[in-house]
Amino acid sequence: MTNSQLTPGIAAGRLAAGDYARNFADIAPRLDAHEARVAADRCYFCHDAPCMTACPTSIDIPLFIRQIATGTPEAAARTIFSQNILGGMCARVCPTEQLCEEVCVREVAEGKPVEIGRLQRYATDTLMATGVHPFVRAKATGKTVAVVGAGPAGLSAAHRLAMKGHDVVIHDPRPKAGGLNEYGIASYKTPGGFAGAEVEWLLKIGGIRVEHGKSLGAGLTLDGLRADFDAVVLAIGLAGVNALRAEGEDLPNVLSAVDFIAELRQQDDKSKLPVGRNVVVIGGGMTAIDAAVQSKLLGAENVTIVYRRGQDRMSASLHEQEHATSVGVRILHHAAPVRVIGDGAAREVEFAYTEDGPKGLTLKGETFRLKADQVMKAIGQTLSGAPEGLTLEGGKIAVTGAGRTSVAGVWAAGDCASGGEDLTVTAVAEGRDAAEDIHASLMEAAG
Amino acid sequence: MADLTTNFIGITSPNPFWLASAPPTDKEYNVRRAFEAGWGGVVWKTLGSEGPPVVNVNGPRYGAIWGADRRLLGLNNIELITDRPLEVNLREIKSVKRDWPDRALVISLMVPCDEESWKDILHRIEDTGADGVELNFGCPHGMSERGMGSAVGQVPEYIEMVTRWVKQYSRMPCIVKLTPNIADIRKPAEAAKRGGADAVSLINTINSITGVNLDSFSPEPSIDGKGAHGGYCGPAVKPIALSMVSEIARHAETRGLPISGIGGVTTWRDAAEFMALGAGNVQVCTAAMTYGFKVVQEMISGLSQYMDGKGMASTADLVGRAVPNVTDWNQLNLNYVTKAEIDQALCIKCGRCYAACEDTSHQAIAMSEDRTFTVKDEECVACNLCIDVCPVEACITMRVLGRGEVDPRTGRTVGDYANWTTHPNNPMAQAAE
Repeated sequence: MTNSQLTPGIAAGRLAAGDYARNFADIAPRLDAHEARVAADRCYFCHDAPCMTACPTSIDIPLFIRQIATGTPEAAARTIFSQNILGGMCARVCPTEQLCEEVCVREVAEGKPVEIGRLQRYATDTLMATGVHPFVRAKATGKTVAVVGAGPAGLSAAHRLAMKGHDVVIHDPRPKAGGLNEYGIASYKTPGGFAGAEVEWLLKIGGIRVEHGKSLGAGLTLDGLRADFDAVVLAIGLAGVNALRAEGEDLPNVLSAVDFIAELRQQDDKSKLPVGRNVVVIGGGMTAIDAAVQSKLLGAENVTIVYRRGQDRMSASLHEQEHATSVGVRILHHAAPVRVIGDGAAREVEFAYTEDGPKGLTLKGETFRLKADQVMKAIGQTLSGAPEGLTLEGGKIAVTGAGRTSVAGVWAAGDCASGGEDLTVTAVAEGRDAAEDIHASLMEAAG
Repeated sequence: MADLTTNFIGITSPNPFWLASAPPTDKEYNVRRAFEAGWGGVVWKTLGSEGPPVVNVNGPRYGAIWGADRRLLGLNNIELITDRPLEVNLREIKSVKRDWPDRALVISLMVPCDEESWKDILHRIEDTGADGVELNFGCPHGMSERGMGSAVGQVPEYIEMVTRWVKQYSRMPCIVKLTPNIADIRKPAEAAKRGGADAVSLINTINSITGVNLDSFSPEPSIDGKGAHGGYCGPAVKPIALSMVSEIARHAETRGLPISGIGGVTTWRDAAEFMALGAGNVQVCTAAMTYGFKVVQEMISGLSQYMDGKGMASTADLVGRAVPNVTDWNQLNLNYVTKAEIDQALCIKCGRCYAACEDTSHQAIAMSEDRTFTVKDEECVACNLCIDVCPVEACITMRVLGRGEVDPRTGRTVGDYANWTTHPNNPMAQAAE
């Protein structure tokens, strides 16, 4: 069997063996020591630095960059990890061009920011390569905390709680911890099993047990957890996928982009992954970009992202959009799916042009069709499996302060919690802050 | 294009850029290549007495200080004078000079501090055709332990004595090369002048250790775990050299004594600065050792362009132009009042000026919620630190208060020139009248 990009339908092995390794290699390899010194030297060590303010985890960026510049990347990593224990992953996946690097004074002045993300990766990789965990636990408090969800928010909360001396049990339904770090995010951003290695390294703090296979409503209840633990953190993410609400949505080969990415992440041999000759991805966020780009990298001939509004409304960063178009993905704006056409399986998608007016988005009369062997839905995720009794707000678990839910003793953090952007780095910050709040309240209660 | 031909104590060279006595000028091969590249002259690496030549260490001879991207800022060496036989050097000097009559070729010398030794070496170099001699009283390592180099240069009486011998036994122009490893550079310069020197050249290298290996605890450069101080040179030493050159240029006893400026000359601009402070020409080493001989081409074109722009017909028009402006602190105008001013259009809001002023100076910069930085005139003493730390050129400048304006800091009206010597706070003040 020799397939190519032109093989009709859905097929695996469209590319030559070597192409897969190249396509899914590290997209932004780690800086070497000299590159890091040169990049670090560009930092002005700003007073009350804008980059630090822009970072959801408030990493002391000028300090860690100066530590790199003076030849102590391990100390730099400690500075990073003290604010963001998943600083390694964030260095890879943060949309830095919309956060720290966007406000870097050198970006403002010259259009060329200090490469904060890559410097952060240099520092964190250096320390993690030593295999040493940089933190030690405080004296045991005797308190126990349950964390539901082993994604960025849950891991961040668990680590901070364990560091404070509490005993933590994390529950996650999937066989591996890491959440979207493990099952979401494009492969080329975190190759080499980094997500798993990072979890393993994080757990070296001790005092954290990860239990797989159970979730709320499937083996766990909130009341049960509240009874068994001194506090509960909900970090269950957004497990549901929004529906297209278009005719033909239930046809085979209409799939969730999140599932597609998860399967791809778990398959080491990318040549075994089937992909359509013509792939249509519907949505405008990072998930849409990650699914589309990876479809292209797997050998799809035509990959089109279709977004219902204008380019300025896409939540994927410009950098990500440019990356997509650079690998040959086409991005269409102002078009919404009206039906998926196919006899037994998707063959085409019909779109209507849209208009974004004062009354919201309206469909125009004119339509067009795109060939589609696979249709991927990437139009947002929704809260699913949230326990009864919690107040919700805008489709998320309502929280006040540092993640306090409407139920005493229960905190929520990450994408499932209201407020904050749905970013890894935001989830880490929320998990950390919830942990600090839990610690304060447990210690206060203990007198 | 400006004519860069330079006459320095009767030695003519097509430009004022000479290679200093150092590794680049140790042999015919190098010197020929240097002349081909365009250097105006060379000072041949220091010759010693007849007899078995000195030996060098067989480990590292150089240590360095780097800026970002490993830009070499300072170089240190523990190399001694030439370690090649005297007769080989003499033969090569003669051969090169015969083929390059228009270039300056000066021989650097260092022999024991006795009359016979100097008489002998001067006799031996007589028929090389060289244009002059430079007395190496500066080398701070190795040779100084044997009573030569800076060991002589640190004792003005010895300088005078040896210079006198040289002038007695040789008809060649004589340049005395000075060590900066001394408290007052004017004293050895005076001694050289008294001894009859035609010129002084400075600075030689500065005693230095470039670093310490924090694993082996050996100073750098390390020879088998040990280090000895070397001589420091390169861009890092230029400010020290400029000051020493200016001291000799303006000192009553040495004013007018020709100076060959040495110390971190890397670009045409460095050379022009030395010349403005009184150097008749410059000698270069580290720049050539870092980038190769070709750097002289930029020096030539740059100096020409500058001189054309200033309407200077020859290098003599430039030499010494800044000397009258070098003065003592007590002559500085205390009624020259300036205030820092931040150009908001250029400001990139890094806040470095704020941090520097707030933490270490006069709390004279305000920072607003939106990171707008402004100078508080009532606090600003015009120290210049904000300008020095600002990463944007010309973003912060000093505005000079006009005569009659009130300084908001002191409440005083800016008056005419007045210096410390007449200031009321000076117990030694003389009445202005």
